[in-house]
Amino acid sequence: MTARIGVVTFPGSLDDGDAARAIRYAGGEPVALWHRDPDDGRVDAVVLPGGFSYGDYLRCGAIARFSPVMETVIDRARGGLPVLGICNGFQVLCESHLLPGALTRNDHQHFVCRDQRLRIENAASAWTSAYELGEEIVIPIKNGEGRYVAESETLARLEGDGLVVARYSGDNPNGSANDIAGIANEAGNVVGLMPHPEHAVDPLTGPSADGLGFFASVLKRLAVL
Amino acid sequence: MARVVVDVMLKPEIVDPQGQAIQRALGRLGFDRVQSVRQGKRFEIEVDADLDDPGLVQVKEMAERLLANAVIEDFEVRSLP
Amino acid sequence: MIDTVAHAGETPDLVQPFADLGLADDEYARIRKILGRRPTGCELAMYSVMWSEHCSYKSSKVHLRQFATMAPASDALLVGIGENAGVVDIGDGYAATFKIESHNHPSFVEPYQGAATGVGGIVRDILSMGARPVAILDPLRFGPADAADTRRVLPGVVAGIGGYGNCLGLPTIGGEVVFDPSYSGNPLVNALCVGVLRKDAIKLARATGPGNKVILYGAKTGRDGIGGVSVLASATFNNATGDATKKPTVQVGDPFLEKVLIECSLELFERGLVVGIQDLGGAGLSCATTELASAGSGGMHIELDRVPLRAASMQPAEVLTSESQERMCAIVAPGDVEEFCTVCEKWDVDAAVIGEVTEVGPEEAARGGRLVVTWHGEVVVDVPPRTVAHEGPVYERPYARPAIQDLLEADVPDRLPRPSTAAELRSTLLELAASPNLCSKEWVTAQYDRYVRGNTVLAQPEDAGVFRVDESTGLGVAVATDGNGRYTRLDPFTGAQLALAEAYRNVAVSGARPIAVTNCLNFGSPEDPEVMWQFAEAVRGLAAGCRDLRVPVTGGNVSFYNQTGEAAILPTPVVGVLGVLDDVSKRTPIGFRGDGHAIYLLGETLDEFGGSEWAHTVHGHLGGQPPRVNLAAERALAGLLIDASRDGLLASAHDLSDGGLAQALVESCLRGGIGCRIALPGDLDPFVALFSESAARAIVTVPADQVQRLVDHSVRHGVAAARLGEVGGPALAVVGHFAVPLDELRAAHEATLPALFAG
Repeated sequence: MTARIGVVTFPGSLDDGDAARAIRYAGGEPVALWHRDPDDGRVDAVVLPGGFSYGDYLRCGAIARFSPVMETVIDRARGGLPVLGICNGFQVLCESHLLPGALTRNDHQHFVCRDQRLRIENAASAWTSAYELGEEIVIPIKNGEGRYVAESETLARLEGDGLVVARYSGDNPNGSANDIAGIANEAGNVVGLMPHPEHAVDPLTGPSADGLGFFASVLKRLAVL
Repeated sequence: MARVVVDVMLKPEIVDPQGQAIQRALGRLGFDRVQSVRQGKRFEIEVDADLDDPGLVQVKEMAERLLANAVIEDFEVRSLP
Repeated sequence: MIDTVAHAGETPDLVQPFADLGLADDEYARIRKILGRRPTGCELAMYSVMWSEHCSYKSSKVHLRQFATMAPASDALLVGIGENAGVVDIGDGYAATFKIESHNHPSFVEPYQGAATGVGGIVRDILSMGARPVAILDPLRFGPADAADTRRVLPGVVAGIGGYGNCLGLPTIGGEVVFDPSYSGNPLVNALCVGVLRKDAIKLARATGPGNKVILYGAKTGRDGIGGVSVLASATFNNATGDATKKPTVQVGDPFLEKVLIECSLELFERGLVVGIQDLGGAGLSCATTELASAGSGGMHIELDRVPLRAASMQPAEVLTSESQERMCAIVAPGDVEEFCTVCEKWDVDAAVIGEVTEVGPEEAARGGRLVVTWHGEVVVDVPPRTVAHEGPVYERPYARPAIQDLLEADVPDRLPRPSTAAELRSTLLELAASPNLCSKEWVTAQYDRYVRGNTVLAQPEDAGVFRVDESTGLGVAVATDGNGRYTRLDPFTGAQLALAEAYRNVAVSGARPIAVTNCLNFGSPEDPEVMWQFAEAVRGLAAGCRDLRVPVTGGNVSFYNQTGEAAILPTPVVGVLGVLDDVSKRTPIGFRGDGHAIYLLGETLDEFGGSEWAHTVHGHLGGQPPRVNLAAERALAGLLIDASRDGLLASAHDLSDGGLAQALVESCLRGGIGCRIALPGDLDPFVALFSESAARAIVTVPADQVQRLVDHSVRHGVAAARLGEVGGPALAVVGHFAVPLDELRAAHEATLPALFAG
C-alpha cells in the first residue's frame, strides 16, 4: 500500500507542486489538500509547503494557520501524525504553536536564494531517519523571513533535548539563533525546516538529490507502522 | 462606531535588525543623536460597538489571537476619540 | 454634472484641456471629426491615453512594420505580432509564449513599485494568452555603479522584482545588470516573461459573440496610475533625482492577488469558460474594452458603474483610465457566467459583469465598430473602438544622422595605449573581471527565487535561462536577453544586429535551437531627429538580422523619451531570443567540469575594440566601429553548438562577448570551480586574443578522448576551431604570460557589488 501524503495548498502557496513531486520521487502518493476543506483525505502524513500564503500579510503563516484544514492537521499532529513544514510551512507550524519560537526577517534585510550546506543533528525524527546523524547535505534555501528566534529557555530546551533537526553549516544565511535550520517537537512527528528539500531531488534541477531523504524517512516510518 | 488602535511591537528581548538598519540610515542622514529605533505595527480598527468595555475587550482578543504573535510581540490597545 | 454624449452634442464650443492630456491640436481635431461632435470628458480621456506614445506606438509604427514585412517564414509561429504576446510551437503539442516590456520611468520615480508592477504587467500579458507564466528574465540598466542615485534606484528595483516575482512563484532565470552614465536619471527596467500552454488552448483578446458578457475580475479599481500612461511616459525628467509630484501616478502592486489571479484564470481556462480575454495594463479599461471590441464583433456596451471601486468618489473618466493592477477582462457566454463567478469565489477573487458584446451593422462596422459606455444610465462614451485602439496617429518623425556620428566613428580605439607585458595583461584581466559591468551579479541574483516550480535547469550566470516543460519527455525551453548600448551608439544598425546575434548565440550555446525573438527598444525622445535616426537604423538592422537568422519577431515593446533634458540614453535595443531543447538533460552549462578536458575556441578573432569593455573601463573611451557582424557565421556556430550538445559531446560551452576571451575564461573557471591552462594562438597579439570582442565565437570543452569528434563537427559546420589548452589546476593560467589563482580571481570578481550596495 503506497503511503498517502497530503500537501496543503493555501492561497499563495508556491512549492506545493514541488513537494508533491518529491513525494512521488520518494515512492509515496501525494494528495492535494485544499485549505478550506477540513477533510484531510485519510492521509498518513502532511506537508505544509513553501510559498507566500496570504502574501505573508500580517506575519508569515499567521492567517494560514487558522484555515479549516489546519484545525484537522493540528489535531492529528497532536495525535502523532507526521507533519513537515517547509519554509512558509515552518512559519505556519510556529504560528500554530505545534513548534516553539518564531521566524522573523533575515538579519541582512534581503531575500536570499542559495544552495546551503546543512548538518543533520537529529536522525530520529519522522522526517530525518533516512539520514545519518551528523550527515552534511546541500539543499536550497530561499526566503526573506528565515531567522529563527526563541526565548533562551526554549533554545536551551531544544538543544538539551536534541530537538534541533538541522543546523546551517558554514555560513548562517539569515541570523537564526544557534544556526538553527530546522527543529522537531518532543514526539518527533512534527518537523519545521527553513530550507527546501523538495528543490534538491534531482541534480538536473537542483544542487543535489540530498533532499529526498526527508520524504524517504517518512515513508520508511509509515511502512513500519 | 468606535475606532480603536492596536500597537504591536517586538518584545524588548527580540533583536530588531530592521530597527537597527533604520537607525543607521538616520545616522547617515545626519540624525546622530538617535540612541535606538525599534519598528512595530499599528492597526486601526473600526468596530461596530460603543466606546465601552465590551468593544475594547473584543479588540484585545483580536490582538491576542491574530494581530500579535505572543511568542515575540507585545501589544497595546487604545481607543481613538 | 457628468459630461454625457447628449451634453457634448449640445455644447460644441466648450473648451477642453486636450493639450494637458497630451493631445496635439490636429489629434483633437481628428477626434471631433471621427465623432461628428466634440468628445465627452470620458471620451477625451480615452483617446488621450490610447493615442499616447506608449499605447499607440505613433512614432514607431512606421518602422516596426519591417518586422512583419521582412519576417522570415516560420513553421513554429502560431501567434505573431499584434496580440498580447507572440506564441510559438515548441513540439509535443506544447506552445510557448513570451514577451519583453519596459517600465522605465515608473522605476525612476518609485523603484520598488515601478519594477514590481513592471513584472506584474508582463506576467498578465502572458496569462492572457491562456498560458501559465513560468519564468522571468530582467535586463536592468543603471547609471554609474558608484553614483548616489544608483544607490537609491538599484536596490529598490531589485527588491521590487524579487518581491513581486518571488511571491508569484516565478523563477527569475536570467537577465542583465549594466551600468553606464547615460542611464543616470533614466534607468532601464525591462522584464521578460515566458509562459507555457497546450498548442490548442491559445486564448485571444477578441470580444466575439453578441450577447456574450464582459466580466472584469481581479482587484478593485482605484486611482492608481491615473494619467500615468500619457502624462508620465512622455515626460522627460528635468532633474536627476526624480520629481516628487509625479508619485501619485505610479501604480502599486499586490503580488499575492496576482498569484491568486493566475490560479483562478488557469482554472477558468481549463473549464472552457472564457471566449476571449485581455489583461488590463497601460490605459486600463479604455484599452481593454476598445481592443477587445475592435478585434471581435466590433460592438460592446459597458455599464461603467458596475465596476467594483476602491474609492467610492471616483469619476467615470478616472474609472476608464485607472491603471490599478491585477485586473483582467474576460468575454464569457451567458450560460457560463454562474460557473465563472463560482470559480472566482473559490479563489476569493472579485468578479463583476460590467457589460456585453453587441451586434453592429455593416455601416457601424465600416466606421470602426461601436463601444457605448454608460454611467448610471447616462451615455458617457459612444465611440468607434477601432479608432481608439488601432487608428491612432501615425507619425513619420523626421530623422537625421547625427552630425557627430562621423567624428565618433573616426575616433577609433586603435591609438589607446594597450597592455603588452604579462603584468599589464594580468592586471587588465583582473580590472575587467572586477568592473561593475563584468563583475559577479550574485548580490542581485541571490535576491531572486530560481527554484520555484522545480523545473529550472540553468539560471544566471549561465548564458541562457533554461527550464523543463515536460518531465516525462524532457522537452525544454531556453531564453536569453542581450543588448549593448555602446555598440548601438557607434552604429545602430550593427549594434541592434549584435544584440540579436548575442542572444541567439546564448540560446544556442546552451544547446537550444532558437525559434523566436522579442525586443524592447529603449531610446531617447522621438522628437529628436538624431534619436529617431538611431531608432530607424536599429529597427532596420534588427528586422534584417531576424530575416537572416531565420527567427521571426513575435512582439515587443518600445520605450521612448528616456532622456534627461537634452541628453538621451545610449540607444539600447534589448533583444530576447527563445529556443527549444528536445531533451533538457542535454543542456550545456558554462562551467568547466573535468580535469584534463580540452578547451577549444570556436570562431574567428579580429582586432576590434570599438565600444569594448576594455576601452570603456580602462580608458573611458567610446568611438570607432563596433565588432563586425557575421550572421552566416552565427548560424554556423549555432548549428555546431546545438548538434554537439545533442550528441552529448560538450562538457561546457560559453559564448564570448563583453570582455572577450579573458572574461569568458574567468566565468567558466569560477563557475566550475576549476582552473585552466591555455596558450594563446600564435598569430594574434596577446592583448587582441584576450580582450577583443569579435562576435560569433564560443569556448567549449570536451573530454580529451572526444577531441576528434569536436573537430569533425567544426569541419562539418564550417566553423574555425582552435585548441587553447586544458581544464585543470588551481589557477587561470595563460602559458607564457601569467597565472591568476582562482581565489584571487574570485575575490576580485565577487567583491564589487556587495562593496557598493550591501548594508
